[in-house]
Amino acid sequence: MDLSFTPDEEAFREEVRSFFRDKLPARLSTLVREGKRLRKSDMEEWHAILNERGWLANHWPEQWGGPGWSVIQRFIFDNESALAHAPRVVPFGVNMLGPVLIKYGSEEQKKQWLPRILDGSDWWCQGYSEPGAGSDLAGLKTTAVRKGDVYVVNGQKTWTTLGQHADMIFCLVRTDPAAKKQEGISFLLIDMKSPGIEVRPITLIDGEQEVNEVFFTDVEVPVANLVGEENMGWTYAKYLLTYERTNIAGVGFSIASFERLKEFAQMQKKGGRSLADDPLFAARMARVEIDLANMQTTNLRVLAAVAGGGAPGAESSMLKIKGTEIRQEITSLTRRAYGSYAAPYIPEALEAGWNGEDVGPEDAAMAAPSYFNNRKLSIFGGSNEIQKNIISKAILGL
Amino acid sequence: MNFEHTDDRRMLADTLVRALRDGYPIETRNAGAYGETGYDPAVWQQLTELGIVSALFDEAAGGFGGSGFDIMVVFEALGRALVVEPFLGALMAGRALAKAGGHDETLAGIVSGETIAAFAHEDGATPVTATKSGDGWTLSGTKAVVSQAGAASVFVVTVEQDGDPLVLLVPADTAGVSVRSFNVVEGGAAGDVTFENMTLGADARVGGEGQGQAIVDAAVGAGLLALSAEAVGAMEFVKETTLGYLRDRKQFGVPIGKFQALQHRMATVLLEIEQAHSAVINAASAFDGDDATARARALAAAKYTIGRTGALVAEETIQLHGGIGMTWEYAVSHYAKRLVMIDHQLGDEDYHLQRYIALG
Repeated sequence: MDLSFTPDEEAFREEVRSFFRDKLPARLSTLVREGKRLRKSDMEEWHAILNERGWLANHWPEQWGGPGWSVIQRFIFDNESALAHAPRVVPFGVNMLGPVLIKYGSEEQKKQWLPRILDGSDWWCQGYSEPGAGSDLAGLKTTAVRKGDVYVVNGQKTWTTLGQHADMIFCLVRTDPAAKKQEGISFLLIDMKSPGIEVRPITLIDGEQEVNEVFFTDVEVPVANLVGEENMGWTYAKYLLTYERTNIAGVGFSIASFERLKEFAQMQKKGGRSLADDPLFAARMARVEIDLANMQTTNLRVLAAVAGGGAPGAESSMLKIKGTEIRQEITSLTRRAYGSYAAPYIPEALEAGWNGEDVGPEDAAMAAPSYFNNRKLSIFGGSNEIQKNIISKAILGL
Repeated sequence: MNFEHTDDRRMLADTLVRALRDGYPIETRNAGAYGETGYDPAVWQQLTELGIVSALFDEAAGGFGGSGFDIMVVFEALGRALVVEPFLGALMAGRALAKAGGHDETLAGIVSGETIAAFAHEDGATPVTATKSGDGWTLSGTKAVVSQAGAASVFVVTVEQDGDPLVLLVPADTAGVSVRSFNVVEGGAAGDVTFENMTLGADARVGGEGQGQAIVDAAVGAGLLALSAEAVGAMEFVKETTLGYLRDRKQFGVPIGKFQALQHRMATVLLEIEQAHSAVINAASAFDGDDATARARALAAAKYTIGRTGALVAEETIQLHGGIGMTWEYAVSHYAKRLVMIDHQLGDEDYHLQRYIALG
């Protein structure tokens, strides 16, 4: 075995690194490194920079504007991106809808929507979950009834991430109430400006407003916005979910935040010595560091097994579980490292451009909100319990 | 063996739990907790009139309780309702004064609830030092993240000294004292308290020569017991709410509590809460005993246990709720925050584990 990257892959990594050095605005990387909240314009700015280089939709085929990378190249890019503290690509259009349209959309739909995803004309959000359909996604109740050239949509979606910014939403809707629950679902593209749509923000545990409820009352959607065939939406939905779980391990994010934790633990004093020298804290850090190194190799092993591109199947569930556990443990250790100074709640300190005086060490105000916010990692995208069910069934055959 | 509380104490607990359940819904709590002062003075007055503070002190100090088990039942009830009003400061500052004797008027004000007090113990970036000047001292430095510092009219301040810590009573309006107040993550308020060349007379001293460590131990010990009991009260609320959710919430056509994966997680939560409850009973029992080492070990064991269990219960109950547990609107999220952040007060689980080892 040889765990090092090939010379070509190393050269690619250098190319990526120099791109981040030259093109990633320091203002953006500083915001990301400090854990501040990005504005819509910040995210759009970074998308435009990536798109200009042809690297925004890095898993799309070249025909539709992708760079033609291997899975290892994509892994390298994602890692370097996190290590450079680049903003995360907002996944809904680029990583989720894009692959679905490419595989199942009509030629007209591809021509209409894919370029607009790349150039930022449309901000997409995801209309999957409903109040009664979370883990049981196929239990969704939002209906679409065909009347001539339009579907009339009624119902409610929830946990719609960044939906407050969205121009478009891709939705799972029930088009055949009589069919078995997975069989009567369709996949619709809906303009958020349509009459009858109302977006209500949900405030999360840390005070953040990043998710929303979206209500549909007699919303008319052109039949041309149906993706694939009517009542076949579940197939497309599942295909999309495998993409949602790609890179959900977030090894790069973990490495970047762990490095910051290590630096801080050296500086922070506890009982007359550095926190990094406190035997119990050092043991906690060592455990997570070992786990992370193991995770990186597991991630690469899974990718190496996916011959010729595409998304891994049930293996992505392993990456999701372990990767999110590690990310959560790092945010937990970071919170602990600040001791009493994790307690002050200064919401304005989380916003870009805040110039107030810190309470306690620099960035202390981010530690606890970040820990609480990241509890979501083991819940969204299919909770870790659901992932374990998938592993039990698909890998273990139980 | 008898694990029943006495009748008096049970009545006290029942009265408190009922009053808080009826008069302190989460909306009221959050309005105070995330408001400017971090608590509601009107609620504080109502609760002190119920005798909650008096129950934390013995008759010699003007109260009607004061044992470890009194502290336990009171703070369990406060934790169950997620109370943010300044009881911890009253307990810790008051116990310091009661242990030392003297300063009777201030103590009476604390026990009656008229005086808001804070116990300023942990040093900030610039530790607090006291230099002798005349009969008194000159105080400089900062105390970190003092609970309800902004509301307090008196501080009991500890100063590390070679040998025996110095304990001082400092009115908040003394020239040279400043407080930087802030809300805390789980609701409630705290503040950094800075002393700038502040001069204090000899009468500011709490206790006499050689008594400092005993006074600090009394105050901090009571605080550790209170925080541990508060955590167990909060865990009980969270457990009941989560169980209700597991029974009511349906996915795949059945209540989610029917899924073994979730049953086992909830079973773990239950048994760890019972262990935490036992840790608090051990600590409350040792609190009134004569063996100082046994007391210190039981308190360290309790704070270690609730630190570890608090985070576990918080994380598991959020997970068992799914997205709902992540929302500001749902009470459990605020309890979860308190259960996690309580580990950041008076030493975290690592600190108390090491202390337990050091105590032999």
